[in-house]
Amino acid sequence: MKTIITLALTKGRVLQETLPLLAEIGIAPLENLESTRKLVFATTHEHVQLVVLRGSDVPTYVQFGTADMGVSGKDVILEHGGEGFYEPLDLGIARCRLMTAGMKDAPLKSGRIRVATKFINIARRYYAEQGRQVDVVKLYGAMELAPMMGLADEIVDIVDTGNTLRANGLEAREVIAPVTSRLIVNKAAMKTKHDIMQPIIKQLAVAIEKRRKST
Amino acid sequence: MSIADRWLLPDGIEELLPAQATRAEALRRQLLDLYSSWGYELVMPPLVEFTESLLVSGNHDLDLQTCKLTDQLSGRLMGVRADITPQTARIDAHGLIRPGATRLCYAGSTLHSRPKTALASRSPIQIGCEFYGVAGVEADCEVISLLLETARIAGIQGVTLDLGHVGIFRGLAELAQLDSEQEQTLFDILQRKASTELTEFVSASVTNAVAAELLLAMPDWKGDRSTLVRANAALATAPAAVREAITQLEQIADCIAQRAPDVKLYFDLSELRGYHYHTGVVFALYVTGVGEAIANGGRYDNFGAAFGRARPASGFSADLKHLMDLGNIEVKSTGAIRATLDGSASQWQAIAALRAKGERVIASGSGESLDVSCDRELVLVNSQYQIKPLSH
Repeated sequence: MKTIITLALTKGRVLQETLPLLAEIGIAPLENLESTRKLVFATTHEHVQLVVLRGSDVPTYVQFGTADMGVSGKDVILEHGGEGFYEPLDLGIARCRLMTAGMKDAPLKSGRIRVATKFINIARRYYAEQGRQVDVVKLYGAMELAPMMGLADEIVDIVDTGNTLRANGLEAREVIAPVTSRLIVNKAAMKTKHDIMQPIIKQLAVAIEKRRKST
Repeated sequence: MSIADRWLLPDGIEELLPAQATRAEALRRQLLDLYSSWGYELVMPPLVEFTESLLVSGNHDLDLQTCKLTDQLSGRLMGVRADITPQTARIDAHGLIRPGATRLCYAGSTLHSRPKTALASRSPIQIGCEFYGVAGVEADCEVISLLLETARIAGIQGVTLDLGHVGIFRGLAELAQLDSEQEQTLFDILQRKASTELTEFVSASVTNAVAAELLLAMPDWKGDRSTLVRANAALATAPAAVREAITQLEQIADCIAQRAPDVKLYFDLSELRGYHYHTGVVFALYVTGVGEAIANGGRYDNFGAAFGRARPASGFSADLKHLMDLGNIEVKSTGAIRATLDGSASQWQAIAALRAKGERVIASGSGESLDVSCDRELVLVNSQYQIKPLSH
């Protein structure tokens, strides 16, 4: 029986940056991911198939071993907790920062504040480390709206250029963590499929190193 | 209260229906017979104990995993066991107090307040073996061989044995002169093999150049047998305890390769499962396509010190239900005999005689519908009870 490695990729911008990196090491989907409704894709690598998922589902698929490897943002990994898998490579793509933000020039509130975010675990941990007790409100999108409308005093979100924040009268405050995409690998798959997996990880590491040097 | 509230079981708590229960019990018996044939004596530790006995290792994870309740008689805190190993260690150290080797085995229900891993049950039936009183690789080899035999009997194919040794990390952490908080941070990083964080940590916290280089190389020490050769070369100048760890792994690998040539060996020298109580080799069994280990074990010397007697110790355990699910244990149905009760003493004696011979006899009243397992019938022919095939 041929060993198949299932690689879970994150939809959207990260996918656009991941595919060229995979192509460099000879893993390319056999059909155009954009123009099909399929969810599982064979690739030019005889042992690798791709699944394309919502970012926050990637760690779950890899943790359960349903996918052997995945590409996931460090933000999503931190929120998930990172149990059950390795993160052997920093792919250096989809670079951004996980930050707190609030209304520009608003006086800093003391005491208990309300924080809106989709990263509830990260937010709780971060503010606790700062010695601050906060009430966390889970939202699924348009974080900027929460301080504007008075739902929350601060937000915890991914900041790339900061343009969206500025356009809505917000300012970025503290950096919680720099974010890049990581290669994550199920622990059991690493051990049982090591002979096929390890060369792929090695090649990826070489490709990343080459990119780093060229920039 | 809705009906669903009455029948719903808590998350991760499951029951076994007849088909599964029969297989699980058959496997349990076969495994306990196996352990007995290797000289392991069965113990049945209690379901609850004082938390002081259950949580001696200072193992934070085990503490969180243990459900607790107050003993109304003493006012002390009791825990429902989440792991039987500490109980066996207590029995060996304080219950049996034998001077030499003691081999113990067990099978029993445990309760986890939270699942150990994403896939795990919260109510595993833990089955395992513990070997006390003998230090050294021979004892480790025996325990590992017995684990492989366990998988074979359960009918689990294509296993990978993962071997590591906590002495390597411990030795290098000592060389790097890390305080306990730094050591914990480094431990977490290595468990995730997070290369970026490792590089950052080492450049910030490790001043000893030799230790820094070796710690950075640790995540790469994984793979087939050649791993040990690579690590050995890199560790030429490492402390003696670290080199001794590699030697032990080599000896164990030689022994297992000879005893179980079809088992795939995998080495991962930065794998530190149970680092807080393990003292030597650590191992786990994996099967292709299953996202987590199916059995774990390792050496945990001196655990018994908390009970008054430090002893060498090595052992393994697994979840019986998980083994059953993954394996191919089959229980052949032997069929059953239907006896429609006529109220006579001679019929009752005939039924008893059949049951004593090992037959399954279903004594039914006249109104009872036929049990589907019945393939024969006890009928009265010429004042004699005889067995006739039953046509459905």
